[in-house]
Amino acid sequence: MKVTGAEALIKALQDEGVDTVFGYPGGAVLPIYDALYDSGLNHILTRHEQGAAHAADGYARATGKPGVCIATSGPGATNLVTGIANAYMDSIPLVAFTGQVVTSLLGRDSFQEADITGITMPITKHNYLVEDPKDLTKVVREAFYVATTGRPGPVLVDIPKDISSGETEYHEPSPLCMPGYKPPTSGDIDLVNKAAAAIMASERPVIYAGGGVISAGAHRELKKLAELMVAPVTTTLMGLGAFPEDHPLSLGMLGMHGTRYANYAVCECDLLLAVGVRFDDRVTGKIESFASQAKIIHADIDPAEIGKNVPADISIVGDLKKVLQQLLERLEAKLPGAWLEKVKKWKKEYPLNFEPGQRIKPQQVIKEIYNVTKGEAIVTTEVGQHQMWAAQYYTYTKPRSFITSGGLGTMGYGFPAAIGAQVGCPDEVVFDIAGDGSIQMNIQELATAVNYELPVNVAILNNGYLGMVRQWQELFYNRRYSHSEMINPDFVKLAEAYGAEGYRVEKAADIKPVLEQAVKSSKPVMMDFVVEQEENVVPMVPPGEALNNMLG
Amino acid sequence: MRHTLAVLVENNPGVLARVAGLFSRRGFNIDSLAVGRTDDPAISRMTIVVEGDNRTLEQVTKQLHKLVDVIKITDVTEEPHVERELVMVKVLADRAARLEIMQIADVFRAKIVDFGPKTLTLEATGTEEKINALEEALRPYTIKELMRTGKIAMLRGAKYTTVK
Repeated sequence: MKVTGAEALIKALQDEGVDTVFGYPGGAVLPIYDALYDSGLNHILTRHEQGAAHAADGYARATGKPGVCIATSGPGATNLVTGIANAYMDSIPLVAFTGQVVTSLLGRDSFQEADITGITMPITKHNYLVEDPKDLTKVVREAFYVATTGRPGPVLVDIPKDISSGETEYHEPSPLCMPGYKPPTSGDIDLVNKAAAAIMASERPVIYAGGGVISAGAHRELKKLAELMVAPVTTTLMGLGAFPEDHPLSLGMLGMHGTRYANYAVCECDLLLAVGVRFDDRVTGKIESFASQAKIIHADIDPAEIGKNVPADISIVGDLKKVLQQLLERLEAKLPGAWLEKVKKWKKEYPLNFEPGQRIKPQQVIKEIYNVTKGEAIVTTEVGQHQMWAAQYYTYTKPRSFITSGGLGTMGYGFPAAIGAQVGCPDEVVFDIAGDGSIQMNIQELATAVNYELPVNVAILNNGYLGMVRQWQELFYNRRYSHSEMINPDFVKLAEAYGAEGYRVEKAADIKPVLEQAVKSSKPVMMDFVVEQEENVVPMVPPGEALNNMLG
Repeated sequence: MRHTLAVLVENNPGVLARVAGLFSRRGFNIDSLAVGRTDDPAISRMTIVVEGDNRTLEQVTKQLHKLVDVIKITDVTEEPHVERELVMVKVLADRAARLEIMQIADVFRAKIVDFGPKTLTLEATGTEEKINALEEALRPYTIKELMRTGKIAMLRGAKYTTVK
C-alpha cells in the first residue's frame, strides 16, 4: 500500500495506541496536519508550543501513558525546548514530533530552519532526524519504546517536509533492533540479599522514595515494604503520592522545604533505603552530612544515578517494581520499637504550621482545596512558594495526583500540565495551584481550556511578588526586593475575556464557597486569592546547610 | 589517572556529536579521541583517552552507556593491550641538519614521507611515550608542524572489545 510519510506517521502513532496529541500547526508540518485532519486522532490545539509540550507532559504524568506533541520547524520546535527539558529532568515519557525544512534546504539557514536535533541532544533521551519516508514507522516504534522503557524520558523526532509528503510503501515495522539499548529488569540477587540483610539488621530505618516509584508503578510494593520494615517513609517532591501521606508511617517531604521530622529522621537513621531517587541538592542539603549515620541502600533503574552524588553502601539497579518485590520476598516483619516512638514524638512536636493573619494565608487556601476536593483532585503547580505550600499542605494519598516541575523548576508549567491532565482524565477534578508570577507565563492557554471546554481550576495565590525570589532577597540579600514586585492584571476580567469564570477572594470566609462553586462549574475557573504578601515558606534549610539546620 | 576506553557505537549520523557533547556538558576531559569504522560498516569504534579518578571514570562509563547509540564500552587501561598512535612532523632541515634528522628517524623507525627543499616530513607510529620521545628529539630542529591521530588500542590475545 502506497502512503505519504505523514499517513505512515499517523498509522504508526495509532499502532502505538496514541489517541490524543497536543500541537500547533505551521508550514513544515502541513502534510502531517493534513493527514491528521480525518485521522480520528484527538488533537488539542494549544496557544503556544510550550503549552503543547507541557500539556503532553501533564497528560503523561496523570495517565501513565506517553504524551505526544507536534510543532512546526524553527520557532515551533524551539518553543518546545523548555517543555522537553522539563520532561527530561523529571523522567517523563514524551514523544515530540517537529517539522523540518525539506532535506535539500537542510543546513542552509533556510526559512524557519533550526537544528532541533542538535539543540535537544542534551535534553532528550534520544532523538532522530528522519531522512527517508520508509524509516518513519521504524523510528516511531523506537521512539515510543525508548521514551517509555527503562528510565522514561523525552524523545524527539524531526521530520523534513519532503519526508512527510513523500510517498512510501507502508509496511509493519520490523522487530526492534537496538543493540545499544537494554533497559534493566530485576535486581542482582546477591545485592538484593545483602540489602535485605542490612534492612533486617537495622534499628532506625528510613525509606526515601522518589518519582521513580511512581513511574515504575511500585507504590503498592512500597507500602507493603514500609509496613513490613516498620520504616517511616519520606518522599521527594517528585515522589509525593508514591506513599499515602495519611499513613502513620508517612513523614511527608524531605529536603530544603521538607518537614522537620522528615529531615531529623534522615539525619538520625542508621539505614536509608533510597528508592527511585537521585539525591538532588534540594534534597540533601550539605552533602557530607546527609544521612551521615546511615548505611545507604540505593535502588534505581538508572545505573548512572548510583553514586553520582552520594556513594551508596549497597546499590541495586533494576525495575523498582521487581526490586521491591524481590526485597519483600526476603524480609520478615519487624516490630515497632523506640525508633518509631521517637519519630512519632518529632511529628507531634514539629508539625507543619502557620499563623493566621489579617489577610488570607496561602497555606489556608491549599488546606481548603484539600478539604473541598476530599483529597481526590489531581493537583498541578507552577514553580515557587505556592508550589512548596502545595507540596506541604495538601495530603497526597495516591500516585499521579501531584504534578509538578521538579528538576527544571519551570514557571508556567502547571496550567498547561493541568490541561493535559484534564484531557487524559476527564472525570477527575483538576487544580492548578499557581502564583501570580507563574500563571502569567502560559496564561494564553486559557483559550485552550475554554476552546475544549476543560473544567480546570486555577487557584492563584496572589501576593503581588515573585514570592520565592522575594523570600531569598529577604533572607540573603538584606530585603533588597530587586524587581520581584509585580503589578498584575485583573485576573477576573482576564478570565472572563477568555470566556472562563473568574473570582477574586479577599476574605477567608469566602475561600470555601468559591472553591465549591469552582468544582461544580463545567467551565474553566480562575480564582485570584489575594494573600498575605510577605509570608515565607518554612521550614527552610538554607542552601549548602545540613538538613537538621532549619529556619522557621 | 588516564584511562583508555574502547567504545563501540552504531554508525548513525550525529553519534560523534552525542559522545563529544556528553563529555563537555558533564565536565569530563577528553585527552584524545580516535574514530573510525570497524569491519562491520554499521559499527564504529571510538578510542577515548579520558583523565580522571575512578569516580569520574565510573560516571563517564555509565553516562556513555545511556546513549542509545553506544553498544559497548571496554576500559582497556588495566588489560594487556597494544596501543598505537600515528604522528606526522614537518621539521626545518637545512643541509647541516638533514643527516642528523634522518638518523633520529632511523632510531625511532620513522619514515621520511616528504623531502622538501627546506623541510623534512617524518611519519612514525608507536605508543604515546615513543611519539613523545620522537617529538622531544626533533624539537631542537624547529618543528614547523606536527599532527597526531590520538591513540587506538586493541586487547592482546583471545580477548575482544567487539560485540561478539
